[in-house]
Amino acid sequence: MLRANNLTCIKQDRTLFENISLSVSESELLYIRGQNGSGKTSLLRILVGLADPIQGQIEYQGQNIRQYPEAFHSGLFYFGHKLGLNLKLNALENLSFWCQLNEISVSQSQLFELLGDLGLVGLEDLPVSALSAGQQRRVALARLWLKTNAKIWVLDEPFTALDVQGIELLREKLISHLDAGGSIIITSHQELDLEYSTKELILAYQI
Amino acid sequence: MINQLKAVFNRDIKLAFRQRAELLQPMMFFMLVISLFPLGVGPGPETLQKIGPGVIWVAAILSSLLGMERLFRDDFQDGSLEQLMLCGAPMPMVALVKVTVHWIASIFPLIVLSPLLALFLNLTVEMYWALLQTLLIGTPLLSLVGAIAVGLTVSLQKGGVLLALLLLPVFVPLLIFATAAVDAAALQLPYSAHLGLIGAMLLLACALAPAAIAYALRVSQN
Repeated sequence: MLRANNLTCIKQDRTLFENISLSVSESELLYIRGQNGSGKTSLLRILVGLADPIQGQIEYQGQNIRQYPEAFHSGLFYFGHKLGLNLKLNALENLSFWCQLNEISVSQSQLFELLGDLGLVGLEDLPVSALSAGQQRRVALARLWLKTNAKIWVLDEPFTALDVQGIELLREKLISHLDAGGSIIITSHQELDLEYSTKELILAYQI
Repeated sequence: MINQLKAVFNRDIKLAFRQRAELLQPMMFFMLVISLFPLGVGPGPETLQKIGPGVIWVAAILSSLLGMERLFRDDFQDGSLEQLMLCGAPMPMVALVKVTVHWIASIFPLIVLSPLLALFLNLTVEMYWALLQTLLIGTPLLSLVGAIAVGLTVSLQKGGVLLALLLLPVFVPLLIFATAAVDAAALQLPYSAHLGLIGAMLLLACALAPAAIAYALRVSQN
């Protein structure tokens, strides 16, 4: 589904990685591991097209993502280090704005229900800055439930700051996405025991 | 695409009016600078009339610079900009919408205040009319050109100083044409040529700036 050829990334005169090729297909999970500073986040940002590699190309369903961005963007879900939530807006406003941006039609009551399922009952009207770190991440992760047509998920440390129930919810969501034929690219410092075919890519810290 | 742009517009307007202190800051600054001038240079009506247009324009440029940095800063820091770039909406159009909202929220109030300030500085009706026209077509140019520099400096920690240094030289021609128009109006001369030049600069900026802003924001993501 997503294939990258010979990616090289150099930051501040330090080579983070060189000539990396990778691919994920349907119902497959690619688990990217590596120490702090080994370039995991940089790799993910390059894969979703936010940053440019020094060399190499990325193809989504056989098409270069630079030349055909529309198809790629509609099939992609990206969850980065920065949550993409405005701290002055509340959870509902943030999510309904995001849905409008991604042309997802969703009613306010559906959003209420979803936030309830994610353990955020009664917090819908508070500005996001008033929520705890874990709750903020739950709001941001609620998008996984909203963008149902996303085929490929690119998740950067999604388990950080979540409690046990949060991790369990997310794990179930990941498994159901893989069951439905989706693919996932994930970085995490925790062990993933998803009982699913996972590929691993280990980035070494280079000096 | 229209719905996406509408969503951006509504959200930005909502955010702007939710942060009232930041909304008032350029207006307060504009008022203070201009009301201090009569005290500083003396209340002679002729002197004030002579420096008036220049003072109003300089104050407008400085107060627009004051709030300019906020244009993309919050969205960059909290990651909303990443989500905007990945939603498939054309970035130049999104940038244009954001600049428009910024102009409505932080510069348009200055124009609304300007009749009162023109009174402070003893401008005649002809001079004020010319000033208003230069402000109406000149300030969107400030916002559009300023946004390019904001896009380039948004990833820097202390971009504000650099922003002012980058932008002030670019704003000088605008300042010269705008004040020349008002001077011409004071002498009862035609000033449509000056307005035409500012209008031409605005049209050029409308055509080129959105793409430049989008590119600057992309570069800042790297």
